[in-house]
Amino acid sequence: MSNKFIPHTEEDIRFMLDRIGVKSIDDLYAEVPEEVKLKGDYNIPSAMSEIEIRKYFNELGSKNRQLTIFAGGGVYDHYSPSVIAHLLSRSEFYTAYTPYQPEISQGTLQYIFEYQSMISELNGMECTNASMYDGATATAEAMFMMVASAKKKNRVVISATVADRVINVVKTYAKFRGIDLTVAPEKDGITDFDAIKAELEAGDVAGVIVATPNKYGIVEDYTGYADTIHAAKGMLAINADPSALAVLRTPKEWGADIACGDGQSLGMPLCFGGPYLGYMSCSSATLRKMPGRVVGATKDADGKRAFVLTLQAREQHIRREKATSNICSNQSLMALYATIYMALMGKEGMKEVNRLSADGAHYLYNALLATGKFEPAFPGKPFLKEFVVKTSLDIKAVNKKLEENGIMGGLDLGNGMVAFAVTEKRTKAEIDRLITLMTEE
Amino acid sequence: MKYYDKLIFELSRPGRKGYELPKNEYGINECSIPAELRREASLDLPEVSELDVVRHYTNLSTKNFGVDTGFYPLGSCTMKYNPKINEEVSAMPQFNNIHPLQSEDSIQGALELYYNLQVALSNIAGFAEFTLNPYAGAHGELTGLMVMRQYHESRGDFKRTKVIIPNSAHGTNPASAMVAGLQVVEVKSKPNGSVDVEDLKPLLDDTIAGIMMTNPNTLGMFEVEIMEIAKLVHEAGGLLYYDGANLNPLLGKVRPGDMGFDIMHINIHKTFSTPHGGGGPGSGPVGVAEKLVDFLPNPRVKKNDEGRFYIDCGKDSLGSVSTFFGNFGVMLRAYAYILTLGKENLKNVGPMATLNANYIKECLKDDYLLPIDGVCKHEMVFDGLKDKSTGVTTLNIAKRLLDYGFHAPTIYFPLLFHESMMIEPTETESLETLDEFIEVMHKVAKEARETPDDVKNAPLTTLVRKLDETGAAKNPILNYKTLKANAQ
Amino acid sequence: MSKVLNDVRYAESHEWVRIEGEFAYVGISDYAQHALGNIVYVDMPEVGDEVEQGEEFGAVESVKAASDLFSPISGEVVEINEALEDAPELVNEDAYENWIMKVKFNDAAELDNLLDAEAYAKICEH
Repeated sequence: MSNKFIPHTEEDIRFMLDRIGVKSIDDLYAEVPEEVKLKGDYNIPSAMSEIEIRKYFNELGSKNRQLTIFAGGGVYDHYSPSVIAHLLSRSEFYTAYTPYQPEISQGTLQYIFEYQSMISELNGMECTNASMYDGATATAEAMFMMVASAKKKNRVVISATVADRVINVVKTYAKFRGIDLTVAPEKDGITDFDAIKAELEAGDVAGVIVATPNKYGIVEDYTGYADTIHAAKGMLAINADPSALAVLRTPKEWGADIACGDGQSLGMPLCFGGPYLGYMSCSSATLRKMPGRVVGATKDADGKRAFVLTLQAREQHIRREKATSNICSNQSLMALYATIYMALMGKEGMKEVNRLSADGAHYLYNALLATGKFEPAFPGKPFLKEFVVKTSLDIKAVNKKLEENGIMGGLDLGNGMVAFAVTEKRTKAEIDRLITLMTEE
Repeated sequence: MKYYDKLIFELSRPGRKGYELPKNEYGINECSIPAELRREASLDLPEVSELDVVRHYTNLSTKNFGVDTGFYPLGSCTMKYNPKINEEVSAMPQFNNIHPLQSEDSIQGALELYYNLQVALSNIAGFAEFTLNPYAGAHGELTGLMVMRQYHESRGDFKRTKVIIPNSAHGTNPASAMVAGLQVVEVKSKPNGSVDVEDLKPLLDDTIAGIMMTNPNTLGMFEVEIMEIAKLVHEAGGLLYYDGANLNPLLGKVRPGDMGFDIMHINIHKTFSTPHGGGGPGSGPVGVAEKLVDFLPNPRVKKNDEGRFYIDCGKDSLGSVSTFFGNFGVMLRAYAYILTLGKENLKNVGPMATLNANYIKECLKDDYLLPIDGVCKHEMVFDGLKDKSTGVTTLNIAKRLLDYGFHAPTIYFPLLFHESMMIEPTETESLETLDEFIEVMHKVAKEARETPDDVKNAPLTTLVRKLDETGAAKNPILNYKTLKANAQ
Repeated sequence: MSKVLNDVRYAESHEWVRIEGEFAYVGISDYAQHALGNIVYVDMPEVGDEVEQGEEFGAVESVKAASDLFSPISGEVVEINEALEDAPELVNEDAYENWIMKVKFNDAAELDNLLDAEAYAKICEH
């Protein structure tokens, strides 16, 4: 039986069976009805040594192409400092369970407290939880919070300028939970505020969800939103790129009650879509409706400062079907990732990342327009690292050619619209090459 | 070693930095973002050097207990060893540098991995197909229950709005049902924790969407009447949902699909050795029987006749539950684990986990109250000490174990007993480790009789001692700014 | 042994109600506060809310438990005990002195649906 992950020798097994008082391993399954017992082997590959495992995954990996990325769509090719991977490989972090025994989990509890502090600093909200799965599910949970807070209202309005993939998940959650979700239309690439106002007039709206930057990369002006929505006894939730909040007006400054979004932009590897993390923050007034784990500071019996999971009575393992959400574990190790990233980049680095990305994006934008083959999709709308242009070029053919040259081009939004994203990892030379490849005859 | 309790913010010094970025060579002077759309507040993130960061988080790590530190007998959590080759594979640049929106041609390796793991899990669990999109066990439960509802509604049956859940179930089950828009109907458990079939029968009418169960149940006992339950639920038009929390002891012995279950989720971070990460990222794939595959969430990964992998979004799907393809990095680890054990060894996981559990149970039942005797599966539940005369509780024992270098068992769950203590050793622990644990458990029982205050005041030797949890909940301090303001 | 007062009436869900003129004061019983342990938060309704007998109107949280509150009487909330916002532990100190909400009630006949001290004390024994 013995294997490198299963230490039992024949002698161990004999000794343990004797102690238990049964004759064979099969006797340990004697009560299992014969008809459900597995007969024969699993139809899976044979065991591999580590040498073979490395070979297998290297070969598999070679079927992927690592490209120079000029696309975003909610996932950005930001720089990941070397330090993070090294620290995350400390197995005291990654082999621990949820910190239910605080006396021997202060490492996890403290980094979550730091994570909460840093995310709150970025978005200005007082309370942040220990993380959610991803930005889309965090936004769906924001919808739940708004409905739970409103007590008797069951309708939520989401702007069409929130990313489509986020809206899709929110729709799924709304459909099953029985929440009435309205998608408010967009106009010239931004939310149609008049349409939102019209929805609010019905008096049954628990809250409104918008995004910054929005799905086109546009930084929308939400002046007047919070006041109008609050006057209608609703709440405002903003889905925001946390990296961008180092320079953009924060959800708090817009008067939001909830901030949520995807933490991938905090230096996380692309990794084919996950793991990233969702973040969730809110005002103190909404704290008790916030799902997920929360870490608080306290003291131990000797008066030492220490950290502990708190407000657990809100959670599913106690409230059962009365909880706001069913979330238990989240993306804790990715919260550590984000924390170390924010610690390294710090006050200035976070701004510099945005400046470099935005300057690169504007350089590309200007250069594309200068070729005469692209025009603005939404003229005059401010953007940071992602933008949309219109072209009469065959986008599919262009992107295929780019890929042959090791480049992931802009995302094809249909109708001749292409969305490009530039991060601090791109260079001027790479951008120049992109333009040449796209526009040369 | 000196006790370290600084926060990263407390190391901050204005002007210090922990990063370098390339020179800005774009020559762009104006910013397209008008002032009123820019952040007004200062950004009080730490200003620290790279070494500050490295030392700080290294010091924090030493304040944690993990599976690599010592035995972690946390019941229902399957804290098995997390193989290192898994970590190596998941860190490979060929997977880490792939954008989820790349063309199918450029991500064939990633799609193949998703597909192969899906196929392997389907075979191991006895289902037609798995989605790997759900991010965690609870997310899998939610997704699976959505499949259940979608199935009934696709047949035009809108009456089935209730799901039956045993009263012994974990709180997440009813919470997931509520989020999926299903009402919970509780079915009673018999004293041994198994579903009371006589109580179940009258509940089965045409408003029942299905039943949600674990097997082995919460007490670690196999539900021997499972085929009868499956028959009754199916006859009533309902579906059976298998909560994969307790799958580990069945590896090599029983496939959930063969027990009549229609839908299940697997906690990859339990059964398939991926790390718990201090609370995620996990992965909660959902498997379904043939008649339910079209309802699985989008996107799905499929393989065509030429062996090419592609992404498919079905029109009958329940919708999307994730932005992309779930926690892909976790899938890499799980597949490395499956390939490492292979068909020759994966089948031994269940039996050895069960052997370990029964050994502990036999060795501890002299000092600890075993409410349900008989062969258990991967875990067992004691109802505290046999001799409770000195007032030592399960909580005291759990905390005393920390003093002796062991993680505590799961305590006060299941709710069927007042002093529940749930122990799950997993197959990766050796006889010697189990014996050390058993010896300490006996020692604590002896202390409880002879010097009960030592147990009641535990832990005594940990870095921090008993925490003021009431104060933390009454006056929540959730970030550094509040902490600093309160200190002044 | 928990304290059971004679001058109030009880719901099976452990809330009490005391009538004073046209108003009713509502709180949780001594038995309930004891069962919950250290109370850290009381989720109270808003003034002006309509409550109905048997319907949820708030919740009480301790460190590791939470319990919904069900109104023993119907009417309009005219006052909430704001002292509990900062000092929820007052409920532990004296559950009958520290009421949670004051209701202008609709129908005194509803009291007949509630338990008297003797009947309530029996429930607490089980």
